[in-house]
Amino acid sequence: MIRVEAVDLGYGERLVLSGLNFQVNPGEFVGLLGPNGSGKSTLVHALAGLLPPKRGRIIVKAQGLGSLASRLRAQILAVVPQSSEVRFPFSCLEIVLMGRYPRRRRLGSLTDEDLLWALRAMRQTTTAHLQDRPITEVSGGEGQRVVIARALAQDPEILLLDEATSSLDVRKKLEIFEIVKELNQTRNLTVLCAMHDLNLAALYCRRLMFLKDGRLIQDGPTDEVFNPAVLAAVYDTPMEVKRHPTFNRPYAVMLPLAAGPRGAAANQEAARP
Amino acid sequence: MKTSSLPAAEVDRTLELSQARSQRRAGARRFAVALAALSLGLLISVALATGIGRMDLGWETVAAVLLNKLGLKAAAVDRTTEVVVWGIRLSRVVLSALVGAALATAGVVFQGLLLNPLADPFTIGVSTGAAFGVALLVMLGVGGAFWGLSPLPLGALVGALGAMLAVLALSREGGRLRKESLILAGIVVSTFLSALISLIKSLDEESLSAIVFWIMGSFSGRGWVHVGFLLPYAALGFLLTALHTRELDILALGEDSSHYLGVAVSRVRLKLLLGASLLTAGAVSVSGVIGFVGLVVPHLMRMLAGPAHGRLLLLSALSGALTLMWADVLARVLLASGQELPVGVVTALLGGPFFFYLLKSRRSRGMW
Repeated sequence: MIRVEAVDLGYGERLVLSGLNFQVNPGEFVGLLGPNGSGKSTLVHALAGLLPPKRGRIIVKAQGLGSLASRLRAQILAVVPQSSEVRFPFSCLEIVLMGRYPRRRRLGSLTDEDLLWALRAMRQTTTAHLQDRPITEVSGGEGQRVVIARALAQDPEILLLDEATSSLDVRKKLEIFEIVKELNQTRNLTVLCAMHDLNLAALYCRRLMFLKDGRLIQDGPTDEVFNPAVLAAVYDTPMEVKRHPTFNRPYAVMLPLAAGPRGAAANQEAARP
Repeated sequence: MKTSSLPAAEVDRTLELSQARSQRRAGARRFAVALAALSLGLLISVALATGIGRMDLGWETVAAVLLNKLGLKAAAVDRTTEVVVWGIRLSRVVLSALVGAALATAGVVFQGLLLNPLADPFTIGVSTGAAFGVALLVMLGVGGAFWGLSPLPLGALVGALGAMLAVLALSREGGRLRKESLILAGIVVSTFLSALISLIKSLDEESLSAIVFWIMGSFSGRGWVHVGFLLPYAALGFLLTALHTRELDILALGEDSSHYLGVAVSRVRLKLLLGASLLTAGAVSVSGVIGFVGLVVPHLMRMLAGPAHGRLLLLSALSGALTLMWADVLARVLLASGQELPVGVVTALLGGPFFFYLLKSRRSRGMW
């Protein structure tokens, strides 16, 4: 689905990420983790075709990302950015209908199918009641869910989330990830999300990639790579990893910095079943 | 292209669909009413504005001339009257309407594209750039028409694009456009170019009125020839913008989001800027710099019909035409001495306070 080959990314002279090599297969649910400034957003921008690689190539569905026509790219790939500000009072339905742009004929009018897709996406993101409300008058969380609805209305094969739920409360975060998980399971939507919340990642992502110091330093199934050693190395923070007894998902607890990396290592021993 | 199809169960949601559809239809109806009202108002206004002037001709005479020209044999009219009504007044009315439509359309595009409520051809310096281009050509003696086409709009276009590039470069910081400094840069560029125009005109030993003509705008002494100059530029500019209204909507979400939705951002933006510049250049090359039409009209129409640019563009063009047509009538008849005011003075006098009011009331309602 996505293949990244020997890619270097950066802005101007500054190199942010180098030597990236990985592949994401259809139907995967990948979490992209790393400290602030590690290049998570940069990688998402590159995968969205916004930032051309300085070196190497990114291939989406057997085609070079750079040579893909904009509309075609948007049919395959939808992006939910961290936040977005809209300056005109478009209604939320109009905003979601914009997601149909890559699928509409260039000058054709709106079809019932476009409207159905938009309404369904709004229902899925529990924003149906906001249809007629101007986007300028909804709360941050509501606005973000409208943006997610817009991405779903694109009917994409790949969904990239760039800290998409960072501004939402716990419940809303989980609601969004439940929707995404459902689409991942029922429609084989490929998901890649850059995120900060370790436990949210451990709960939903089946594969995790860790960025640190401009490199991809860990990449593997969540159950293997979500361990104190990796987390301590990535975040320079002592961590303890446990496994929830009923849900069988790992979760991390941060420890006071005074525990030091040794503290984390000690805890790793303790965490072993 | 992969067509997206819905599971059959989804299609059953007819109630929801019909509700959303009727909502949209209500919006479409409001738009249709506004469109019809404006079109009708425009037609009536053309006739009325043609009837108003320093020489009192009487409505029957004016109507007779217009009907004669339309091929209907009405009452006979003497040659002088015909020239006044058709050659002088109507041509000027039509020209002012076209310029108003062009400026308002350009205003919609600049506001939408630059995401700045204060953007219009005048405030971002594009109009003055166009006027400077024309003034330069006139000084160099390149003024005549070739096969009915004048090189002046082309000079205006070059000036408009040059001024726009300068303003965009001035307001760019670290690779991103700063909305706050855009208008500031526009005013700097515009003031500087105004001074240059004054200088050129003074060197050219022209009268003060020539300077005022370009800087304040006027339709004095304009006729069908100028309609001909403007028309190709206005038509092309309007076509370019009208073909990209959907993209203009999406660009309101910002550059990155537009890219994610499949808009080829740089190419579309270039086309739209070119379209708006063509409209501005055409307008300025025949009438000088007229402010406020491109600023106020789009705001008003957005309040009336919502922010979707397809509708906004049409309504703004029509009401821009109406506005400037009547502003020019005022410019013609306002002074008791029989002197004409520059029409830019009228639009600024009316538009300034009105815009102030708009800004206040809109901010209190949380828009912009």
